[in-house]
Amino acid sequence: MLEIKNLHAEVDGKPILRGIDLVVRPGETHAIMGPNGSGKSTLSHVLAGREGYTVTGGSVTFNGKPLLELEPEERAGEGVFLAFQYPLEIPGGNNGYMLKAALNGIRAYRGEKELSAVDFLKLVKARVKAVGLDESLLNRPVNEGFSGGEKKRNEVFQMSVLEPRLAILDETDSGLDIDALKAVAEGVNALRDDTRSFIVVTHYQRLLDYIVPDYVHVLSKGRIIKSGGKELALELEARGYDWLTSEAA
Amino acid sequence: MASNAQDIEKIVDRQYAAGFFTEIDQDTVPPGLDADTIRLISAKKNEPAWMLDWRLKAFARFQQMREPNWAHVSYPPIDLQAISYYSAPKSDKDRPQSLDEVDPKLLETYEKLGIPLEEQKMLAGVAVDAVFDSVSVHTTFRDKLAEAGVIFCSFSEAVQEHPELIQKYLGSVVPVTDNYYAALNSAVFTDGSFVYIPKNTRCPMELSTYFRINAMNTGQFERTLVIADEGSYVSYLEGCTAPMRDENQLHAAVVELVALQDAEIKYSTVQNWYPGDEEGRGGIYNFVTKRGDCRGARSKISWTQVETGSAITWKYPSCVLKGENSVGEFYSVALTNNLQQADTGTKMVHLGRGTRSTIVSKGISAGRSQNAYRGLVRIAPGAEGARNYTQCDSLLLGDRSAAHTFPYIECRNPSAQVEHEASTSKISDDQLFYLRSRGIGQEDAVNMIVNGFCKEVFKELPMEFAVEAQKLLGISLEGAVG
Repeated sequence: MLEIKNLHAEVDGKPILRGIDLVVRPGETHAIMGPNGSGKSTLSHVLAGREGYTVTGGSVTFNGKPLLELEPEERAGEGVFLAFQYPLEIPGGNNGYMLKAALNGIRAYRGEKELSAVDFLKLVKARVKAVGLDESLLNRPVNEGFSGGEKKRNEVFQMSVLEPRLAILDETDSGLDIDALKAVAEGVNALRDDTRSFIVVTHYQRLLDYIVPDYVHVLSKGRIIKSGGKELALELEARGYDWLTSEAA
Repeated sequence: MASNAQDIEKIVDRQYAAGFFTEIDQDTVPPGLDADTIRLISAKKNEPAWMLDWRLKAFARFQQMREPNWAHVSYPPIDLQAISYYSAPKSDKDRPQSLDEVDPKLLETYEKLGIPLEEQKMLAGVAVDAVFDSVSVHTTFRDKLAEAGVIFCSFSEAVQEHPELIQKYLGSVVPVTDNYYAALNSAVFTDGSFVYIPKNTRCPMELSTYFRINAMNTGQFERTLVIADEGSYVSYLEGCTAPMRDENQLHAAVVELVALQDAEIKYSTVQNWYPGDEEGRGGIYNFVTKRGDCRGARSKISWTQVETGSAITWKYPSCVLKGENSVGEFYSVALTNNLQQADTGTKMVHLGRGTRSTIVSKGISAGRSQNAYRGLVRIAPGAEGARNYTQCDSLLLGDRSAAHTFPYIECRNPSAQVEHEASTSKISDDQLFYLRSRGIGQEDAVNMIVNGFCKEVFKELPMEFAVEAQKLLGISLEGAVG
């Protein structure tokens, strides 16, 4: 599904990603861990198409398409979703309205018919309940005045409506208390199935207690220096990153 | 001017000695401005002597005035002698004969706004055989309004049919000496609208542009007068979301509103005059004086405007709060793109006790445009307990546009409360990326952010107008980002 080959990227001439190789197959959940500044967020952003990064080498294919050549909205159309570490506020912009535009944008990209207002409402009302948020969320401005936990749950809610093929969670656990963390994890787990893949970017093992990954990769200085099963995360939790980074050096 | 009712009647009954001018048998007078031009306009319109007299007095004052230069706009000098001050609607042979002859870009915009074909032709000035105005609809409206005793007609008609009201109220809110362009308008105005709502009457419908669509060719010097008698209510909509072309570059309208005791006037404008091309060529100069007089106690005047057109806008819809506990409101969205310049805002003049005013101004600057908010809040010594709240937000798109804020606050009563909040922000790349990563295209993402920014103003517009205004902002911003 997703194949990253020898990906290099830099910001303002400074190399951040220095040869990433990663294959994600349908239905798999990969955790990407690593110390601060290892390039985790950059990887998420490059995959979603944020401006400001220069890809200097390598390739990314998504379902056979060269992902890096697509605009962010086209990537969404292909089924890529990024749950933001810091979801943005759109003052005055209505949450439900935004989601409808997003969903219909994606449907239009796929050559599908727009969803009618009635069908849309039915869909979002069911999904908003599923992630344990109040229906009034739909009429609130996008993320404006939301608590940190609400913002993250709103990301998961958006994901549940847009039904991506690949969801990238960028430090979704940061700033969450344990209850909010569980709620977010439950929302994510409800979306896991044989066809949908996840890349979970996180500092801490904690989140992976709830979203159990199939693979764990350790990123350091822009390279994956170790890959393993879910037990690798536990080992990292116990031993820190130092033994790996010094091993790799 | 005539001093008592008998004199007025006499003058009204007397036919104006227009014979001298009738020999000029043409629809457009030669360019130039002098007292004879004004006599000619008055004669063409078959006006009573008092009306001509009023115009001539205004002209005399105008001649002593100078063009103001304090606004934050720049344009080449306007040669008033090069303008023709009276022209009948264009004859069909001068008009484009079909939509094929009209600027395709303009048609594209009409298409996006979902304007019906017949109406497109009219807006583009194409000669049409069938009169667009639907007679049956028109008549139904008229009947309904007449039943309620509401007078809604062209200004010229009002001069003939309701001279007592015109004489009583014309110039009572915006005196001829008010400013350069108001004085010019007073001298040479050609037509406009007149509204009178009788006592304790709620106007049974929104008075809108669509209704007076055949009064559209009122020319560059439009005059509007709305009077809400005691305890009445009216909502008036002017303008059009479709970009309107006009041969005349200079537009200097005057709008006067009078709200008597316990009356309320809600005046909504969507202005989308041709802004010129991307280099700013050929756009309209919109130099307008709009003022409302809250004359009676507990009266209320509310201005809501969405301004996206014109090369230059110079406009300050204002409220004079004379009546005790009267209320003034101003909600504005002003969007400038390319090389447009806008200097717009409001004046809230608090004279009466317990008067209140609210100002919400949203300025959006894109391209290389200049967008200035200029607002005056004046609390007179007698305005015990007056309150004002002003919120003034600017949104910048790109890095070549500019936003300016010029607030003036004069407070002469220690019991008054005046609040001013202002903000300037940019559409951030992160916001755009956030929306795009959800599957929303770049232009739609920009629109969503801009519409969110304007929400507080849009919710003041009548529903249908609000929907159109949102679409309009999107179209006006096309190509502004990226």
